[in-house]
Amino acid sequence: MLQATGLSCARGERELFAGVGFSLPAGAWLHVTGNNGAGKTSLLRMLCGLSPPAAGSISWNGEPIRELGDSYRAELCYLGHQTPLKEDLTASENLRAAAAIKGRVLDTAAIARALERVELGGIAELPVRYLSQGQKRRVGLAQMTMTGEPLWVLDEPLAALDAAAVALFTQAMAQHLASGGIAVLTGHHEFALPLDTRQHLRIAA
Amino acid sequence: MEPANAGAAVFAVVRRDLLLAARRKSEVLTVLFFFVIVASLFPLGIGAEPALLRSIAPGVLWVGALLASMLALNRMFAQDYADGTLEQMALSPQPFALMTAGKIAAHWLVSGLPLVLVAPVLGLQFDLDQRALGVLMLSLLMGTPLLSLVGAIGAALTLGVRGSGLLVSLLTLPLYIPALVFGAGSVEAEISGLGAGANLSLLAALLVLALFFAPWATAAALRIALE
Repeated sequence: MLQATGLSCARGERELFAGVGFSLPAGAWLHVTGNNGAGKTSLLRMLCGLSPPAAGSISWNGEPIRELGDSYRAELCYLGHQTPLKEDLTASENLRAAAAIKGRVLDTAAIARALERVELGGIAELPVRYLSQGQKRRVGLAQMTMTGEPLWVLDEPLAALDAAAVALFTQAMAQHLASGGIAVLTGHHEFALPLDTRQHLRIAA
Repeated sequence: MEPANAGAAVFAVVRRDLLLAARRKSEVLTVLFFFVIVASLFPLGIGAEPALLRSIAPGVLWVGALLASMLALNRMFAQDYADGTLEQMALSPQPFALMTAGKIAAHWLVSGLPLVLVAPVLGLQFDLDQRALGVLMLSLLMGTPLLSLVGAIGAALTLGVRGSGLLVSLLTLPLYIPALVFGAGSVEAEISGLGAGANLSLLAALLVLALFFAPWATAAALRIALE
């Protein structure tokens, strides 16, 4: 369970948001919306523990994430609005390195399967530099489903995806939620995900 | 899929960075060529006076290596910061300081070790004898990792700052001075017959100290840069 109470975010003198709170049980997802610059990404980075909130607290299964540290990070998958890929490495090399950095060892077959699932099997050995924005997002999608963390924090997951990739994302997401996963998403699109487990958070100054 | 230990994560970081360096050879060669050019221009400019060349050799070669390794400092974390992989490293359950150490190790292998290997060839241009060349190599073998470790702190502190190139030089230059003094001093002492032992021991002590503290300091600075 991911719980946040009274979160506020300040950028210099300016306060972006204050008093943000929610509680997500297993299988629930949170759709964060807000105008450009409202602080959606800042909120997500707080939830990951990358930046400390100006006020308020975040807890995972009842324990503050600051104290959990590494054991919280082991359960977390974060994808920013930019897919974290090395342009000079191939898609499969990127996935292997990303998994190893998370502390997982993936064999070649598992990586090939993950890329096959996002329909990139044919260009797995091409440097990522040659892929389109949408294809890079698909590699990110493979990265997200590959290691199976229970908490997904995704910034604009649908940006640059075509209809087929959106369907792939929705399917992966539904599977994740059905197996008791939790997700926090931002985006200006509507997600075709179960509404009964949806929570909505609109942040505004 | 099986969970791996921290060692595997560090190894993955080193492997990935070496692979990247192999794909972008020009960056490696820039550092090496800079060192070769600087060290080769001095004998040409000063002329063939073996005694003079021998006496300036330690200083010139060490300053050349120091400037060359500084040239590569900016790139240590900048690319990872820009493409978001640094964030993923910070979010890994594996110790961030260890992975930072992996990055520093990869950086040294790419931009420090080649300088050590090419140094004896450059030393020949200064008419250094075999013993002095040996000490030069040994001092650089301990000195270049020290430069990478200390430089990493500066590179991490200036990450994401505009004009970081100038700033990182200003920050790290004073910290480089002990390495320069003891490194060049060891070669000088060997040439003058005093023996390089004392200088090399001090260099080794500095290296051990930096090995222990620099990855932690760098990791802490990177976390601040990522906030």
